[in-house]
Amino acid sequence: MKLPIYMDHHATTPVDPRVLEAMLPYFTGDFGNPASRNHAFGWAAEKAVERARQQVADLIGATPKEIIFTSCATEANNLALKGVAAMYAEKGNHIVTCATEHKAVLDPCHQLERQGFHVTYLPVATDGLIDLAGLRAALTPKTILISIMTANNEIGVIQPVAEVGAIAKERGILFHTDGVQAVGKIPFDVNQVGADLVSMSGHKIYGPKGVGALYVRRRNPRVLLAEQISGGGHERGMRSGTLNVPGIVGLGKAAELCRLDMAEEGARLRRLRDRLNEKLHENLDGIYVNGSMERRLPHSLNVSFAYVEGESLLMGINDVAVSSGSACTSASLEPSYVLKALGAGDELAHSSIRFGLGRWTTEEEVDYVADKIAAVVRRLREMSPLYELMKEGVEL
Amino acid sequence: MYSPKVLDHFQNPRNVGSLPKDDPHVGTGLVGAPECGDVMKLQIRINPETGVIDEATFKTFGCGSAIASSSLVTEWLKGRTIDRALAITNGEIADELELPPVKIHCSVLAEDAIKAAIADYQRKREAHAGGAAAR
Repeated sequence: MKLPIYMDHHATTPVDPRVLEAMLPYFTGDFGNPASRNHAFGWAAEKAVERARQQVADLIGATPKEIIFTSCATEANNLALKGVAAMYAEKGNHIVTCATEHKAVLDPCHQLERQGFHVTYLPVATDGLIDLAGLRAALTPKTILISIMTANNEIGVIQPVAEVGAIAKERGILFHTDGVQAVGKIPFDVNQVGADLVSMSGHKIYGPKGVGALYVRRRNPRVLLAEQISGGGHERGMRSGTLNVPGIVGLGKAAELCRLDMAEEGARLRRLRDRLNEKLHENLDGIYVNGSMERRLPHSLNVSFAYVEGESLLMGINDVAVSSGSACTSASLEPSYVLKALGAGDELAHSSIRFGLGRWTTEEEVDYVADKIAAVVRRLREMSPLYELMKEGVEL
Repeated sequence: MYSPKVLDHFQNPRNVGSLPKDDPHVGTGLVGAPECGDVMKLQIRINPETGVIDEATFKTFGCGSAIASSSLVTEWLKGRTIDRALAITNGEIADELELPPVKIHCSVLAEDAIKAAIADYQRKREAHAGGAAAR
């Protein structure tokens, strides 16, 4: 077993060697610009891009023409939100999203608010899930877009997106979902979900960084977007800019591998994730899983270790790469807004660790991490005045 | 991200533990709040004959810099009189541990803990003196 161990696959994933192999020719020999319509270099590049478009479409049950390549999922989210807002502004000025969305959705929403749009941020229950009755109640005749992520990046819970899609359809409202953490990891079909717009990322699914995609529905209804980057009319006029051919080829290959291996990989990761969770619970008291355990990505686990602060825990397990919802990991000194939205209490938010297992995570690594965490938590609790007060029976 | 001194105090914290908080010669400072991610308990024992701090212990819930700040001050407090203990500033702690700006609050908390522990000790002394006079 090699140290350090990477268990932060929500943040990013390594490029699968098969993906890298597929990409390499497009840096050198087949370097053409797909927009070059009149020579073989351009044709070869265009062919590669169209194959990738098909591979991405196949992963989510879409048609290739519905896939728009972007530079990343943040761009895809911006294009979806701002593109819809600008295009449908005459129809209405209200957007509904959720308090636990990624910043790549929340920040564009804040920007739209400054431009005069109204945004409703739905709360979540302690399991991290939105309430569908609350969603229905938030909708108005002015609502033009619902944006609810499929799976959360911090706690891995899977929102009831198919139900959201049905409500959106019934009310004639467009439905965007940030699918970055979910697409490629769990079955996702745009028609089953009823999604009109889906954001995806390459580097979360063992593809390269610097490439993302936005699914834009073309039928029932045909979704129109105001371009956010203009200049050349690439990607059906929705996203100009020379295509990142190697990146797109990589995203396509990564999508294909995810589609082919999903069932087997998901089952394997679920077993390892459950093993990690069980071992942590066997070894330690005062630990809490954040978010629904039932509706959760198979590779994902977020745990709070009471009486221990997250950053000191990360420091103690320095040969294991995970992340913490603690304030001290960021410059803001505010603990995770996602965990706070669950009502976890700031103290438990400060004590949280996110584990993200991946394609090459082994059972040996899981066992090592579980043992290491238990040892460090015990050491830090011996050092913790809160643990001492709890043992003395003092209410905190 | 962490200076070697912070790492050393985090890996090998000095003087972790507790002193009997009801001992008249012990002062206890408990500062910070769990919801802010930092709680420090600092305790000192003052030798009644010499007026010098002969023992200092801590327990800290917080990041590595908070743990290191409290560990460091327990070392600095030992052998000091109360006046010299009160002279310790957060700036000295931050300089010694090479804390980045985002971690300065950890050193502020350690200074607060020293002041709180001394105030607790002085309250006990006054209560004790008051009690004696009444008798």
